[in-house]
Amino acid sequence: METLLEPLGYAFFQKGLLVASLSGGLLGLIGVYIVLRGMSYIGHGLAHSIFGGFAAMQLFAAKFYAIGAGLWGIASALAITAVTKRSRVGADAAIGVITIASFALGVALFAKFGSSGPSFDNALFGSILGISYGQIVGLIAVTVLTASFVFLRYRALLFSTFDPDVATVSGVNVGRIEAALMVVLSLAILATLTVIGVTLVAAMLVIPAVIARMLTDSFGRMLAYSTLIGTLCGLVGMYSSYYADVPSGTMIVLVGAALFIIVLASTGGRGSRRSAGLDRHPEEIVTK
Amino acid sequence: MTGTGVGPELIRLSGVDASYDHYLVLEDVSFHVHEDQFTGIVGPSGAGKTTLLRLLLQTLNPVAGTVWRAPDLRVGYVPQLESVNWNFPITVFECVLMSRKSSRLIPWASAPEKARVSAVLERLGIGDLGERHIRELSGGQQQRMFLARALLRQPQVLLLDEPTSGVDISTRHDILHLLADLHEDGMAIVLTTHDLNGIATHLPHLVCVNNRIVGEGTPSEVMTSAVLERTFGARMEVLEHLGVRLVVDEAPATYTPGSRI
Repeated sequence: METLLEPLGYAFFQKGLLVASLSGGLLGLIGVYIVLRGMSYIGHGLAHSIFGGFAAMQLFAAKFYAIGAGLWGIASALAITAVTKRSRVGADAAIGVITIASFALGVALFAKFGSSGPSFDNALFGSILGISYGQIVGLIAVTVLTASFVFLRYRALLFSTFDPDVATVSGVNVGRIEAALMVVLSLAILATLTVIGVTLVAAMLVIPAVIARMLTDSFGRMLAYSTLIGTLCGLVGMYSSYYADVPSGTMIVLVGAALFIIVLASTGGRGSRRSAGLDRHPEEIVTK
Repeated sequence: MTGTGVGPELIRLSGVDASYDHYLVLEDVSFHVHEDQFTGIVGPSGAGKTTLLRLLLQTLNPVAGTVWRAPDLRVGYVPQLESVNWNFPITVFECVLMSRKSSRLIPWASAPEKARVSAVLERLGIGDLGERHIRELSGGQQQRMFLARALLRQPQVLLLDEPTSGVDISTRHDILHLLADLHEDGMAIVLTTHDLNGIATHLPHLVCVNNRIVGEGTPSEVMTSAVLERTFGARMEVLEHLGVRLVVDEAPATYTPGSRI
């Protein structure tokens, strides 16, 4: 017990524990929609894209880098959606071009001009050191916004994820819901980027949702389980990070991966059957 | 069964062209749905049957022509079973419940909403399957579940995409009788099918599609060798047995038809 209480004596760890738990829960919640819509790669791409904006803002408006990186991420998300829908370029190719180019720009800017904000390594792999009060407030605000969005638009989000055509017929504005989801996803990635890290955010969008899917056949329960599993990964990962003295993001993801293996082994074929073809989206089927 | 459509008009397509990626799928289509209509859209794969449904649903905009719908028209849609993600984590009850029209801010359904879902599931004979995952149902039960989802909105027009695809003969009969009952209750029904003998011949009104409308009328009017050849691009024989028209690719040597059209 003392081992668990000892790090809580440090203010930086208290803040880190709060931020990691909130980050895990937030990514677990939004990750359900990302996984079920087959958007896992978008999460990966957006995190890299935001890194480009993050680096660019260091040059032009260091004090407002969070706002700049957020706007950059939202613009990237909307650009991916537009390119995917209006051209013959597939979603994976569009994401590959737009977001990885943005990431490359970020690396180049960091290399050339350095950083006045979070360090390059911290941005990539996450760190609990130097988390500001403003970042905590920002994360809480994004968590409340995301939870409210999921709560208030539950039916529209579920319907447009499961069956966008019928959702449209039933009065759901699918285009608006998808755009709002992309904005919320961008904000969630931005808010968790400091503690989880650019390269690891995508994993935390996917792992809790996949574990939750292996545990249940109900959408409502999957949302609850994924949020709880994400929170648990953040909590345990934070402690592991403290004791192992490695970046927080890596330990949070490793805890998630270990949990995934345990659940896969304990649910056996049932779990893997449930998660097989999880992201198959009705739009993939071409009908005439 | 009546259903050739003389009641008030609910949906009208006038001179409509539809395309995907500049590839014209339907050309110069004019089509009406009336209140008392029960229509089957028949045609080969890629003929534009689903596209015609999507135009009626207004989930696809025409590249030419106009689509008119009666104000505040309630439309129900039952998709092709093949287009559904059966691994999606959703129970039968959740699936039906998602189509409810609710002004509640909270995501949980009210007691009356749950009671309505239960009543629709009971009516369709799957009342005891609410807690099952959608993949755990048989083909017929899956069709009934999507019918229940559509019926929850009390539609005036029900559109179904290949409702008997992949189901056995007994289930096909059940679905056809169920649709006939719904039509008797006053619902306009439009379905697509490639099953000429199992479904199309039993419907009161048919529309033959092959990138344009090539025939329209009762089965006795359109199920002729000439119209079917224009529709399917292959020679077909039409036989009549006990007052029902039956289509065969070519007359088998062992078959002695009662009459030949």
